[in-house]
Amino acid sequence: MKMIKTDKLVFEYAKRDEEGNVIGKSRAIDEVSLDIEPGQFIAILGHNGSGKSTLAKHMNALLVPSDGTMWVDGMDTKEDEHLWDVRQSAGMVFQNPDNQIIGTVVEEDVGFGPENLGVPTEEIWQRVEDSLKAVGMIEYRHHSPNKLSGGQKQRVAIAGVMAMRPKCIVLDEPTAMLDPNGRKEVLRSVMELRKREHITVILITHYMEEVVDADHVFVMDHGHVVMQGTPREIFSQVDTLKHYRLDVPQVTILADELRKRGLDIPAGVLKKEELVEILCRLN
Amino acid sequence: MIRDITIGQYYPADSRIHKLDPRVKIVCTLLYLISLFTFKSILGYVLATVFLFGCIKLSKVPFKFIVRGLKPIVILLLITVGFNLFLTPGGETLVHVGFIKITEYGLSTAVYMAIRLIYLIMGSSLMTLTTTPNSLTDGLEKLLNPLNKLHVPVHEISMMMSIALRFIPILLEETDKIMKAQIARGADMESGNLIQKAKAMIPILVPLFVSAFRRANDLAMAMEARCYRGGDGRTKMKPLIYKSTDHVAYLITILYVVAAFVVGRYVPFKLWIF
Repeated sequence: MKMIKTDKLVFEYAKRDEEGNVIGKSRAIDEVSLDIEPGQFIAILGHNGSGKSTLAKHMNALLVPSDGTMWVDGMDTKEDEHLWDVRQSAGMVFQNPDNQIIGTVVEEDVGFGPENLGVPTEEIWQRVEDSLKAVGMIEYRHHSPNKLSGGQKQRVAIAGVMAMRPKCIVLDEPTAMLDPNGRKEVLRSVMELRKREHITVILITHYMEEVVDADHVFVMDHGHVVMQGTPREIFSQVDTLKHYRLDVPQVTILADELRKRGLDIPAGVLKKEELVEILCRLN
Repeated sequence: MIRDITIGQYYPADSRIHKLDPRVKIVCTLLYLISLFTFKSILGYVLATVFLFGCIKLSKVPFKFIVRGLKPIVILLLITVGFNLFLTPGGETLVHVGFIKITEYGLSTAVYMAIRLIYLIMGSSLMTLTTTPNSLTDGLEKLLNPLNKLHVPVHEISMMMSIALRFIPILLEETDKIMKAQIARGADMESGNLIQKAKAMIPILVPLFVSAFRRANDLAMAMEARCYRGGDGRTKMKPLIYKSTDHVAYLITILYVVAAFVVGRYVPFKLWIF
């Protein structure tokens, strides 16, 4: 069974003028069809307003499609009876770390999800401990979230989702409000989780550096999926990426420019080390 | 200036009072406050003093923290004492200078009133100093649970309270940020009279409200994403369960209330006018 499958998904919203009269409809997502296998690391790239966050909210049934269908773990998100199962299967981490922490103590926040699911008390404690250990925040369990850094708060939010034992975790620009260190910290936690728990990770971002390890990348623009493939396939099309207003990593640009000047460098170089090796081999 | 505001001034310590169930602390504090108004003779106040200071000692909260709670009521205290002292008739006149007249009865009610008010504040500060705001709301939720049958949304209210508590520091920080941003744009917060100062608050309040609504929206979405659907079918990570020490605490408080009531009302004892 596919972890997430969409079939011609459409999400429309009404456009309004100053007085609130409907003046037309706008499609945030326009006939998107995609398949995501269990255990994959998927990245969805796109500029602001490309519809990537709207798509993410569909995966958690926070939004339901206007047309077309979305299945999460085989369940149709439009059907009310599946609502809570969908939300439990696909946990979601949002952009703003402050606005998604509910508890006044770290461990209470991580326990919030399991509490809602009606998990027995002893098991909640077990899950909280496991999840906090998994993101490396166990020593902060008694701290107030207000005293943590942005990266730490996002790791707590990830632990809060993990404690619900989801099959899939959707991260909606989890690093957009963090400094470079926090960004690295959060991504490292996600990668470790993925290795250990074998869950599906869907990372929505506009930082291209974050997607180099993904199994599959989707690029969105104006509600459409405009490119898809492995990171290497995507990154080899530097000019197309620039056209979609995405920041291509510096190494990739450099390699591309060198290739255009006649150096024998393959397209789609992703990492600094890779380029260094290629350049050394040239002589 | 904004940073000085503290709500729920919890004093962290490892004491028997801290470890009590919040329900015990709420109920016992209430009982204690009521008991203060039942005495007629000074013996009752002696018992109340012993009980209160015993609890303070057990709680390991420094005495000055508890006294600090009295600051805001100093004015109220002075007014109450003044009215009682000068305006209560009855008994022999002790002082009579011009229009000022202090009677025996006036002096004793004034002193009793002062003690009552002071102990009232000290007793309730002891509760808030030894209980985290969150466990207070938990305790209240559990205590008010019977109201659910009257369709009072007890769970929702306590959830709102604990979320409000969590967001106080965040919104304070935000206020600070907006204030600095407006000052940087030339806003003048300091000069002018009261009305001008109040007007100067508008450019701070408007963005603050906008951001608070945005946060509320985000938070609601995050809660739904984590399967929050009200209090039904929810389990608790830290359920409130009475332990033996909690029963002992109830017992001691009830003993105190009964003893204070009987001694304070029915044991004949008079020390001068009290």
